[in-house]
Amino acid sequence: MMRFVDGLLHLRRGPWEMVATILIALGVFMLMQPFMLWIYSWSFAVTLAGTVMFIIVSHFPE
Amino acid sequence: MSDETSSRTPAVARPGLARRMGSLSDRALAWVFIGPTIFLLLAINIFPLIWTIRLSLTNYRANRTNADLQWVGLRNYERILTDSDIWNSMQATAHFLIWTLVLQVLIGFALAYLINKKFKGNDLWTTIIVLPMMLSPAVVGNFWTFLYQPQIGLFNYVIAFLSGTDPSSFSMIGDVNLAPWAIVIVDTWMWTPFVMLICLAGLRSIPDSIYEAAECDRASSWRQFWTITIPMALPFLMLAILFRGIENFKMFDLVVQLTGGGPGNVTELTSINLKREAFEKWRTGFASAYAVILFVTVFGLASIYVKALNKVKQR
Repeated sequence: MMRFVDGLLHLRRGPWEMVATILIALGVFMLMQPFMLWIYSWSFAVTLAGTVMFIIVSHFPE
Repeated sequence: MSDETSSRTPAVARPGLARRMGSLSDRALAWVFIGPTIFLLLAINIFPLIWTIRLSLTNYRANRTNADLQWVGLRNYERILTDSDIWNSMQATAHFLIWTLVLQVLIGFALAYLINKKFKGNDLWTTIIVLPMMLSPAVVGNFWTFLYQPQIGLFNYVIAFLSGTDPSSFSMIGDVNLAPWAIVIVDTWMWTPFVMLICLAGLRSIPDSIYEAAECDRASSWRQFWTITIPMALPFLMLAILFRGIENFKMFDLVVQLTGGGPGNVTELTSINLKREAFEKWRTGFASAYAVILFVTVFGLASIYVKALNKVKQR
Protein backbone atom coordinates (compact mmCIF):
# COMPACT_ATOMS: atom_id res chain seq x y z
CA MET A 1 0.00 0.00 0.00
CA MET A 2 2.83 2.37 0.96
CA ARG A 3 4.57 1.50 -2.34
CA PHE A 4 1.39 2.34 -4.22
CA VAL A 5 1.03 5.73 -2.48
CA ASP A 6 4.74 6.39 -2.98
CA GLY A 7 4.34 5.62 -6.71
CA LEU A 8 1.43 8.04 -6.91
CA LEU A 9 3.39 10.79 -5.19
CA HIS A 10 6.40 10.28 -7.45
CA LEU A 11 4.24 10.16 -10.59
CA ARG A 12 5.10 6.55 -11.52
CA ARG A 13 3.23 4.89 -14.37
CA GLY A 14 2.12 1.68 -12.59
CA PRO A 15 -0.03 3.09 -9.78
CA TRP A 16 -1.44 5.90 -11.90
CA GLU A 17 -2.44 3.44 -14.64
CA MET A 18 -4.13 1.38 -11.95
CA VAL A 19 -6.17 4.42 -10.84
CA ALA A 20 -7.10 5.22 -14.47
CA THR A 21 -8.08 1.59 -15.11
CA ILE A 22 -10.32 1.53 -12.03
CA LEU A 23 -11.98 4.78 -13.17
CA ILE A 24 -12.66 3.42 -16.68
CA ALA A 25 -14.03 0.12 -15.36
CA LEU A 26 -16.19 1.98 -12.84
CA GLY A 27 -17.46 4.35 -15.56
CA VAL A 28 -18.43 1.47 -17.86
CA PHE A 29 -20.19 -0.31 -15.00
CA MET A 30 -22.04 2.93 -14.15
CA LEU A 31 -23.08 3.31 -17.81
CA MET A 32 -24.62 -0.15 -18.03
CA GLN A 33 -25.90 -0.82 -14.51
CA PRO A 34 -29.68 -1.23 -14.13
CA PHE A 35 -30.00 0.20 -10.58
CA MET A 36 -30.07 4.02 -10.47
CA LEU A 37 -30.40 6.70 -13.13
CA TRP A 38 -28.15 9.21 -11.35
CA ILE A 39 -25.28 6.70 -11.40
CA TYR A 40 -25.81 6.39 -15.17
CA SER A 41 -25.80 10.20 -15.47
CA TRP A 42 -22.31 10.43 -13.99
CA SER A 43 -20.90 7.48 -15.95
CA PHE A 44 -19.56 9.43 -18.93
CA ALA A 45 -17.70 11.94 -16.75
CA VAL A 46 -16.00 9.07 -14.88
CA THR A 47 -15.11 7.13 -18.06
CA LEU A 48 -13.80 10.26 -19.78
CA ALA A 49 -11.68 11.19 -16.75
CA GLY A 50 -10.26 7.66 -16.64
CA THR A 51 -9.54 7.53 -20.38
CA VAL A 52 -7.83 10.94 -20.49
CA MET A 53 -5.86 10.04 -17.35
CA PHE A 54 -4.82 6.73 -18.94
CA ILE A 55 -3.50 8.50 -22.06
CA ILE A 56 -1.52 10.99 -19.94
CA VAL A 57 -0.11 8.58 -17.35
CA SER A 58 1.01 6.04 -19.95
CA HIS A 59 3.79 8.58 -20.69
CA PHE A 60 4.98 8.63 -17.06
CA PRO A 61 8.27 6.83 -16.22
CA GLU A 62 8.06 3.21 -14.96
CA MET B 1 31.61 -1.98 -78.19
CA SER B 2 28.47 -3.66 -76.97
CA ASP B 3 29.90 -3.84 -73.43
CA GLU B 4 30.41 -0.08 -73.40
CA THR B 5 26.82 0.57 -74.49
CA SER B 6 25.33 -1.71 -71.84
CA SER B 7 27.41 -0.13 -69.07
CA ARG B 8 26.30 3.38 -70.06
CA THR B 9 22.59 2.68 -70.64
CA PRO B 10 21.35 2.63 -66.98
CA ALA B 11 22.80 6.08 -66.22
CA VAL B 12 21.25 7.61 -69.35
CA ALA B 13 17.83 6.00 -68.82
CA ARG B 14 17.58 6.86 -65.11
CA PRO B 15 14.13 8.47 -64.63
CA GLY B 16 13.92 12.04 -63.37
CA LEU B 17 11.89 11.11 -60.25
CA ALA B 18 14.39 8.45 -59.18
CA ARG B 19 17.26 10.94 -59.64
CA ARG B 20 15.46 13.52 -57.49
CA MET B 21 14.60 10.90 -54.83
CA GLY B 22 18.24 9.89 -54.69
CA SER B 23 19.20 13.41 -53.64
CA LEU B 24 16.77 13.41 -50.67
CA SER B 25 17.99 12.83 -47.13
CA ASP B 26 16.87 9.66 -45.31
CA ARG B 27 14.54 11.71 -43.11
CA ALA B 28 12.91 13.45 -46.08
CA LEU B 29 12.54 10.13 -47.88
CA ALA B 30 10.83 8.65 -44.82
CA TRP B 31 8.35 11.56 -44.81
CA VAL B 32 7.67 11.02 -48.53
CA PHE B 33 6.66 7.42 -47.83
CA ILE B 34 4.79 8.04 -44.57
CA GLY B 35 3.12 11.29 -45.71
CA PRO B 36 0.28 9.77 -47.78
CA THR B 37 -0.59 7.34 -44.96
CA ILE B 38 -0.64 10.12 -42.37
CA PHE B 39 -2.78 12.24 -44.69
CA LEU B 40 -5.27 9.38 -45.21
CA LEU B 41 -5.37 8.69 -41.47
CA LEU B 42 -6.09 12.33 -40.72
CA ALA B 43 -8.70 12.60 -43.47
CA ILE B 44 -10.54 9.34 -42.76
CA ASN B 45 -10.19 8.92 -38.97
CA ILE B 46 -9.15 12.09 -37.17
CA PHE B 47 -11.09 14.71 -39.13
CA PRO B 48 -14.51 12.93 -38.83
CA LEU B 49 -13.85 12.44 -35.10
CA ILE B 50 -13.12 16.12 -34.53
CA TRP B 51 -16.11 17.07 -36.72
CA THR B 52 -18.38 14.74 -34.71
CA ILE B 53 -17.21 16.31 -31.45
CA ARG B 54 -17.94 19.75 -32.93
CA LEU B 55 -21.42 18.68 -34.12
CA SER B 56 -22.17 17.16 -30.71
CA LEU B 57 -22.02 20.67 -29.24
CA THR B 58 -24.60 22.05 -31.69
CA ASN B 59 -28.25 21.47 -32.60
CA TYR B 60 -27.34 20.51 -36.19
CA ARG B 61 -29.91 18.49 -38.14
CA ALA B 62 -28.69 16.83 -41.34
CA ASN B 63 -32.13 17.14 -42.99
CA ARG B 64 -32.22 20.91 -42.42
CA THR B 65 -28.83 22.06 -43.58
CA ASN B 66 -30.03 25.62 -44.21
CA ALA B 67 -31.29 26.13 -40.65
CA ASP B 68 -29.25 28.27 -38.27
CA LEU B 69 -26.64 26.29 -36.41
CA GLN B 70 -26.88 26.98 -32.67
CA TRP B 71 -24.16 26.26 -30.15
CA VAL B 72 -25.81 24.29 -27.33
CA GLY B 73 -22.74 23.44 -25.28
CA LEU B 74 -23.05 20.22 -23.28
CA ARG B 75 -26.88 20.12 -23.47
CA ASN B 76 -26.90 17.11 -25.83
CA TYR B 77 -24.69 15.15 -23.43
CA GLU B 78 -26.93 16.16 -20.52
CA ARG B 79 -30.04 14.95 -22.38
CA ILE B 80 -28.48 11.60 -23.27
CA LEU B 81 -27.24 11.00 -19.75
CA THR B 82 -30.66 11.68 -18.21
CA ASP B 83 -32.73 9.81 -20.85
CA SER B 84 -34.22 6.61 -19.44
CA ASP B 85 -34.80 5.13 -22.93
CA ILE B 86 -31.09 5.40 -23.73
CA TRP B 87 -30.31 3.97 -20.30
CA ASN B 88 -32.53 0.96 -21.15
CA SER B 89 -30.71 0.63 -24.43
CA MET B 90 -27.36 0.56 -22.54
CA GLN B 91 -28.73 -2.22 -20.32
CA ALA B 92 -29.89 -4.21 -23.37
CA THR B 93 -26.38 -3.83 -24.80
CA ALA B 94 -24.82 -4.95 -21.50
CA HIS B 95 -27.04 -8.07 -21.42
CA PHE B 96 -26.14 -8.89 -25.01
CA LEU B 97 -22.43 -8.19 -24.50
CA ILE B 98 -21.97 -10.14 -21.27
CA TRP B 99 -23.89 -13.26 -22.30
CA THR B 100 -22.45 -13.49 -25.82
CA LEU B 101 -18.90 -13.16 -24.44
CA VAL B 102 -19.47 -15.75 -21.70
CA LEU B 103 -21.08 -18.28 -24.06
CA GLN B 104 -18.68 -17.72 -26.95
CA VAL B 105 -15.58 -18.02 -24.78
CA LEU B 106 -16.80 -21.15 -22.96
CA ILE B 107 -18.09 -22.96 -26.06
CA GLY B 108 -15.28 -21.67 -28.31
CA PHE B 109 -12.58 -22.82 -25.91
CA ALA B 110 -14.26 -26.20 -25.36
CA LEU B 111 -14.52 -26.75 -29.13
CA ALA B 112 -10.89 -25.71 -29.64
CA TYR B 113 -9.82 -28.11 -26.90
CA LEU B 114 -11.69 -30.96 -28.59
CA ILE B 115 -10.52 -30.10 -32.11
CA ASN B 116 -6.93 -29.89 -30.84
CA LYS B 117 -7.05 -33.61 -30.00
CA LYS B 118 -5.93 -35.73 -32.94
CA PHE B 119 -8.86 -37.74 -34.28
CA LYS B 120 -10.21 -38.94 -37.62
CA GLY B 121 -12.13 -36.28 -39.56
CA ASN B 122 -10.56 -33.46 -37.54
CA ASP B 123 -10.21 -31.15 -40.57
CA LEU B 124 -13.75 -31.84 -41.80
CA TRP B 125 -15.23 -30.94 -38.39
CA THR B 126 -13.15 -27.76 -38.25
CA THR B 127 -14.54 -26.71 -41.65
CA ILE B 128 -18.12 -27.50 -40.64
CA ILE B 129 -17.81 -25.59 -37.35
CA VAL B 130 -16.29 -22.55 -39.07
CA LEU B 131 -19.07 -22.31 -41.69
CA PRO B 132 -21.46 -19.94 -39.78
CA MET B 133 -18.72 -17.33 -39.45
CA MET B 134 -18.37 -17.14 -43.24
CA LEU B 135 -22.01 -16.19 -43.81
CA SER B 136 -23.26 -12.65 -44.15
CA PRO B 137 -25.04 -11.28 -41.03
CA ALA B 138 -28.01 -10.37 -43.26
CA VAL B 139 -28.32 -13.99 -44.42
CA VAL B 140 -27.95 -15.33 -40.88
CA GLY B 141 -30.54 -12.86 -39.55
CA ASN B 142 -32.95 -13.83 -42.32
CA PHE B 143 -32.81 -17.58 -41.90
CA TRP B 144 -32.84 -17.46 -38.10
CA THR B 145 -36.04 -15.39 -38.39
CA PHE B 146 -37.52 -18.42 -40.17
CA LEU B 147 -36.04 -20.84 -37.62
CA TYR B 148 -37.66 -18.83 -34.82
CA GLN B 149 -41.14 -18.79 -36.44
CA PRO B 150 -43.65 -20.20 -33.91
CA GLN B 151 -45.65 -22.13 -36.54
CA ILE B 152 -43.01 -23.40 -38.95
CA GLY B 153 -39.70 -22.74 -37.20
CA LEU B 154 -37.35 -25.65 -36.60
CA PHE B 155 -36.01 -24.08 -33.39
CA ASN B 156 -39.46 -24.10 -31.78
CA TYR B 157 -39.97 -27.74 -32.80
CA VAL B 158 -36.64 -28.80 -31.29
CA ILE B 159 -37.42 -26.99 -28.02
CA ALA B 160 -40.94 -28.47 -28.05
CA PHE B 161 -39.51 -31.96 -28.62
CA LEU B 162 -37.07 -31.56 -25.71
CA SER B 163 -39.44 -29.87 -23.26
CA GLY B 164 -42.79 -31.34 -24.27
CA THR B 165 -44.46 -27.94 -24.78
CA ASP B 166 -46.48 -26.85 -27.80
CA PRO B 167 -44.17 -25.37 -30.51
CA SER B 168 -46.55 -22.48 -31.22
CA SER B 169 -46.94 -21.63 -27.53
CA PHE B 170 -43.88 -19.35 -27.53
CA SER B 171 -42.22 -16.93 -29.92
CA MET B 172 -38.52 -16.29 -29.51
CA ILE B 173 -38.51 -12.94 -31.32
CA GLY B 174 -42.01 -11.82 -30.34
CA ASP B 175 -41.73 -12.32 -26.59
CA VAL B 176 -40.33 -9.53 -24.42
CA ASN B 177 -38.53 -12.02 -22.15
CA LEU B 178 -37.21 -14.31 -24.88
CA ALA B 179 -36.14 -11.79 -27.56
CA PRO B 180 -32.93 -10.68 -25.74
CA TRP B 181 -31.94 -14.37 -25.55
CA ALA B 182 -32.86 -14.93 -29.21
CA ILE B 183 -30.20 -12.44 -30.35
CA VAL B 184 -27.65 -13.88 -27.89
CA ILE B 185 -28.21 -17.39 -29.32
CA VAL B 186 -27.79 -16.27 -32.93
CA ASP B 187 -24.65 -14.22 -32.27
CA THR B 188 -23.17 -17.11 -30.28
CA TRP B 189 -23.99 -19.53 -33.10
CA MET B 190 -22.37 -17.24 -35.65
CA TRP B 191 -19.24 -16.07 -33.82
CA THR B 192 -18.22 -18.98 -31.56
CA PRO B 193 -16.14 -20.42 -34.45
CA PHE B 194 -14.09 -17.21 -34.50
CA VAL B 195 -13.26 -17.58 -30.79
CA MET B 196 -12.58 -21.28 -31.42
CA LEU B 197 -10.04 -20.49 -34.15
CA ILE B 198 -8.15 -18.02 -31.95
CA CYS B 199 -8.14 -20.49 -29.02
CA LEU B 200 -7.01 -23.27 -31.35
CA ALA B 201 -4.04 -21.13 -32.43
CA GLY B 202 -3.22 -20.64 -28.73
CA LEU B 203 -3.51 -24.34 -27.90
CA ARG B 204 -1.37 -25.37 -30.88
CA SER B 205 1.35 -22.91 -29.82
CA ILE B 206 1.93 -24.82 -26.53
CA PRO B 207 4.98 -27.10 -26.95
CA ASP B 208 4.38 -30.82 -26.27
CA SER B 209 7.58 -30.90 -24.19
CA ILE B 210 5.83 -28.96 -21.38
CA TYR B 211 3.10 -31.61 -21.13
CA GLU B 212 5.73 -34.37 -21.29
CA ALA B 213 7.62 -32.75 -18.37
CA ALA B 214 4.34 -32.49 -16.44
CA GLU B 215 3.66 -36.19 -17.14
CA CYS B 216 7.10 -37.04 -15.75
CA ASP B 217 6.20 -35.08 -12.60
CA ARG B 218 2.97 -37.11 -12.41
CA ALA B 219 0.75 -34.05 -12.78
CA SER B 220 -2.89 -35.05 -13.34
CA SER B 221 -4.77 -33.99 -16.52
CA TRP B 222 -6.82 -31.57 -14.43
CA ARG B 223 -3.67 -29.94 -13.02
CA GLN B 224 -2.05 -29.79 -16.47
CA PHE B 225 -5.16 -28.05 -17.79
CA TRP B 226 -5.16 -25.35 -15.07
CA THR B 227 -1.40 -24.81 -14.80
CA ILE B 228 -0.28 -25.22 -18.42
CA THR B 229 -3.14 -25.02 -20.91
CA ILE B 230 -5.11 -22.11 -19.44
CA PRO B 231 -2.14 -19.78 -18.59
CA MET B 232 -0.50 -20.36 -21.99
CA ALA B 233 -3.72 -19.91 -23.95
CA LEU B 234 -4.77 -16.87 -21.88
CA PRO B 235 -3.31 -14.14 -24.18
CA PHE B 236 -5.22 -15.68 -27.10
CA LEU B 237 -8.42 -15.88 -25.05
CA MET B 238 -8.05 -12.24 -24.04
CA LEU B 239 -7.50 -11.26 -27.66
CA ALA B 240 -10.70 -13.10 -28.63
CA ILE B 241 -12.61 -11.34 -25.83
CA LEU B 242 -11.25 -7.96 -26.96
CA PHE B 243 -12.26 -8.52 -30.59
CA ARG B 244 -15.71 -9.90 -29.79
CA GLY B 245 -16.33 -7.36 -27.02
CA ILE B 246 -15.69 -4.39 -29.28
CA GLU B 247 -17.62 -5.95 -32.20
CA ASN B 248 -20.62 -6.78 -30.02
CA PHE B 249 -20.65 -3.33 -28.45
CA LYS B 250 -21.16 -2.03 -32.00
CA MET B 251 -23.56 -4.84 -33.05
CA PHE B 252 -26.13 -3.59 -35.55
CA ASP B 253 -26.87 -5.63 -38.70
CA LEU B 254 -27.69 -9.02 -37.20
CA VAL B 255 -30.06 -7.62 -34.58
CA VAL B 256 -31.79 -5.27 -37.04
CA GLN B 257 -32.41 -8.20 -39.36
CA LEU B 258 -33.67 -10.44 -36.54
CA THR B 259 -35.81 -8.23 -34.31
CA GLY B 260 -35.40 -4.65 -35.57
CA GLY B 261 -34.92 -3.65 -31.91
CA GLY B 262 -38.30 -5.08 -30.83
CA PRO B 263 -40.60 -6.18 -29.36
CA GLY B 264 -41.00 -2.69 -27.90
CA ASN B 265 -37.38 -1.71 -27.46
CA VAL B 266 -36.05 -4.69 -25.48
CA THR B 267 -33.44 -5.57 -28.11
CA GLU B 268 -32.71 -1.99 -29.17
CA LEU B 269 -28.95 -1.98 -28.71
CA THR B 270 -27.07 1.33 -28.56
CA SER B 271 -26.01 1.24 -32.21
CA ILE B 272 -29.63 0.73 -33.35
CA ASN B 273 -30.81 3.51 -31.03
CA LEU B 274 -28.04 5.77 -32.33
CA LYS B 275 -29.01 5.07 -35.94
CA ARG B 276 -32.66 5.97 -35.14
CA GLU B 277 -31.62 9.25 -33.55
CA ALA B 278 -29.34 10.13 -36.48
CA PHE B 279 -31.31 8.96 -39.52
CA GLU B 280 -34.96 8.60 -38.45
CA LYS B 281 -35.36 11.51 -36.02
CA TRP B 282 -32.57 13.46 -37.77
CA ARG B 283 -31.16 14.80 -34.49
CA THR B 284 -27.60 14.85 -35.83
CA GLY B 285 -26.07 16.92 -33.02
CA PHE B 286 -27.68 14.70 -30.39
CA ALA B 287 -26.61 11.53 -32.22
CA SER B 288 -23.05 12.91 -32.50
CA ALA B 289 -22.92 13.35 -28.71
CA TYR B 290 -24.25 9.80 -28.36
CA ALA B 291 -21.51 8.54 -30.71
CA VAL B 292 -18.82 10.38 -28.72
CA ILE B 293 -20.02 8.71 -25.49
CA LEU B 294 -19.87 5.27 -27.11
CA PHE B 295 -16.46 6.04 -28.62
CA VAL B 296 -14.95 7.09 -25.27
CA THR B 297 -16.36 3.94 -23.64
CA VAL B 298 -14.92 1.58 -26.26
CA PHE B 299 -11.61 3.48 -26.32
CA GLY B 300 -11.29 3.29 -22.53
CA LEU B 301 -12.09 -0.43 -22.47
CA ALA B 302 -9.68 -1.15 -25.33
CA SER B 303 -6.91 0.75 -23.47
CA ILE B 304 -7.35 -1.39 -20.36
CA TYR B 305 -7.47 -4.51 -22.43
CA VAL B 306 -4.32 -3.79 -24.44
CA LYS B 307 -2.48 -3.08 -21.18
CA ALA B 308 -3.71 -6.37 -19.67
CA LEU B 309 -2.79 -8.25 -22.83
CA ASN B 310 0.77 -6.88 -22.76
CA LYS B 311 1.13 -7.88 -19.11
CA VAL B 312 -0.04 -11.43 -19.82
CA LYS B 313 2.34 -11.69 -22.79
CA GLN B 314 5.30 -10.55 -20.64
CA ARG B 315 4.71 -13.34 -18.07
